[in-house]
Amino acid sequence: MDFPSLLIQLLNAVQYGLLLFLVASGLTLIFGIMGIINLAHGSFYMIGAYVAFVLASATGSLLMAIAIGVPLALALGWLLEWLVFSHLYRRDHLEQVLLTYGLILFFEEARSLLVGNDVHSVAIPELLRASIALTDTLSYPVYRLFISLVCLALALALYLLIRHTRLGMMIRAGSHDRDMVAALGININLVYRIVFALGVALAAFAGMIAAPVSTVYPGMGGHVLIISFVIVVIGGIGSVSGALVAALIIGFTDTFGKVIFPDYAGILVYVVMAAVLLWRPEGILRRG
Amino acid sequence: MAINKNRRATVGAIAGATALAATSTIALPALAQDRKLRIGLMLPYTGTFAQLGEAITNGFKLHVAENGGKLGGLDVEYVTVDDESAPPKAVENMNRLVRRDNVDVVVGTVHSGVALAMANVARQTNTTLIIPNAGADDITGSLCAPNIFRTSFSNWQPGYGMGKVMVDRKVKNAVTLTWKYAAGEESVNGFKEAFTAGGGKIVKEMFLPFPNVEFQPFLTEIASLKPEAVFVFFAGAGAAKFVKDYMAAGLKNIPLYGSGFLTDGVAEAIGEVGQGLITVLHYGDGINNPKNVAFRTRYASTYKQQPDVYAVQGYDAAQLLAAGLTAVKGDLSKKAEFHKAMSTAKIDSPRGPFTLSKAHNPVQDMYIRELKGRDNNVIGIAVKALADPARGCKA
Repeated sequence: MDFPSLLIQLLNAVQYGLLLFLVASGLTLIFGIMGIINLAHGSFYMIGAYVAFVLASATGSLLMAIAIGVPLALALGWLLEWLVFSHLYRRDHLEQVLLTYGLILFFEEARSLLVGNDVHSVAIPELLRASIALTDTLSYPVYRLFISLVCLALALALYLLIRHTRLGMMIRAGSHDRDMVAALGININLVYRIVFALGVALAAFAGMIAAPVSTVYPGMGGHVLIISFVIVVIGGIGSVSGALVAALIIGFTDTFGKVIFPDYAGILVYVVMAAVLLWRPEGILRRG
Repeated sequence: MAINKNRRATVGAIAGATALAATSTIALPALAQDRKLRIGLMLPYTGTFAQLGEAITNGFKLHVAENGGKLGGLDVEYVTVDDESAPPKAVENMNRLVRRDNVDVVVGTVHSGVALAMANVARQTNTTLIIPNAGADDITGSLCAPNIFRTSFSNWQPGYGMGKVMVDRKVKNAVTLTWKYAAGEESVNGFKEAFTAGGGKIVKEMFLPFPNVEFQPFLTEIASLKPEAVFVFFAGAGAAKFVKDYMAAGLKNIPLYGSGFLTDGVAEAIGEVGQGLITVLHYGDGINNPKNVAFRTRYASTYKQQPDVYAVQGYDAAQLLAAGLTAVKGDLSKKAEFHKAMSTAKIDSPRGPFTLSKAHNPVQDMYIRELKGRDNNVIGIAVKALADPARGCKA
């Protein structure tokens, strides 16, 4: 591998990792803070992509679709927490898995009835359609760089929210001791509802912003879900910064694995997960 | 974890209802004079391949309707099973059709893993099996049998055809890329065989795990290897994403070639960037023989949609079956003669006439197609009457 392609592969790795972070961050929040194993998280990614497709076709603009879609996703999360997930906190993980697996089937069926089973594509916004020539044979689409920047900005915003706001403090406290926080007069149910809606919106937003580069197709949430769980486990359950580190590790492993050990690319990610778990069973950044 | 499976489409619900209706008709004692032909349709009616299963069924029934609802003088009745494209359920479904429902012929299926299991049962029970899509080389290779037929293609065939085209276009070296699974590997093997025989050099063979669609690292690798051309096998949603990523990466100067499944059914999702893509397959748009024109008109007026390659393969499955039955005048007890007549039949397909190889795979023209708008227009023939080598077939 020559030096320019090494640099470009680094860029690929970071860009892929950041996008994975966007999905995994919501999952780790819901899993770590609310203690819920949410298999339907990949469906929210899928829903986001389809919402982007439908709204972008209707309005003619992806940015407009995102502007309408994100509040819709927040509302969906809010509603789901109220109707479904709020009944799950005191139940064991098996019942959570059953219910959220049922939700996957439900969302896939709804998608099939409403939009059909075809593969769709979403146009990249006019402003970001250019490519930057890197070598004489390779150029890099501006839109992919844009995705990375947006993901970085969101990562920073999440960090500030959780570490430096009153809501963030309640979220962190709630993850340690739900009952004590409630005893202090904080409406913990409301905090959970906000966290859940936020998690859903993050996954759906990832689906929306990735739609132009990933295309929109049935079952697209499945692969993302599995890799997101890997990231959550590596990063430490509930740790957003852990998820960022883990997502970047997975991005690097996947990208360079494909190039250097193509025969083992499929399992390499899981080998890394096993290694991390042997080294730090609690995940890289999990605090006691 | 099979969580990405789309469980039950509306089409599926309807198909399920028909299946129920069909299986509940009580099998009458097989009296010679009112003997009916019982056909088992084992195809995907739910999940990712539901539309393919539906197209095959439509094509098949179109030919039966052309014959007034009869094949070889026998009234036709169907037993429909949704195979869900699930290999673990394949043996059980196939056994149920053969042993409980006593079908005379089984037609199926799309997914190669399911089809391989069906072929194994068919071999054990000497059931007549016609495969209207699944391309696994082994079906008409090491698993070949006098009672197993295919009206579609082997994965090897379009790959080989594309290799030939690239040699003709004076391409000296190429990189290959596909998913690491049977269809991809068999297609690439076919390509390599023709390409290297014509003096071409494979710069690098690349694989990614199925159904991973993060192509960026490979595109960077291709850019730094700078081959004269790239050959790929991808299908469905992954194919659409690949073509878009390839073009967005600025690799336009390195021509991209592929098996026809790269553009079939996803032309709309690929959009503008895929215009002019060259692929090879045994069918395409604008084949100008009278049979094809008549077929397309009838199909469109019956089903209110345009036929695709899958509909053609289903239609030809019925034609092949009709040829065998006509030869024995509907007497299914003459099984050996029935199979013999099918294996020597000349099928007047919408794709152009074809015969079957010794291993019962179509010996057919491979078309060069160019993507224009949403059509894969035929612009030439890659190889005339291409026969699969049927490696490992001892029948």
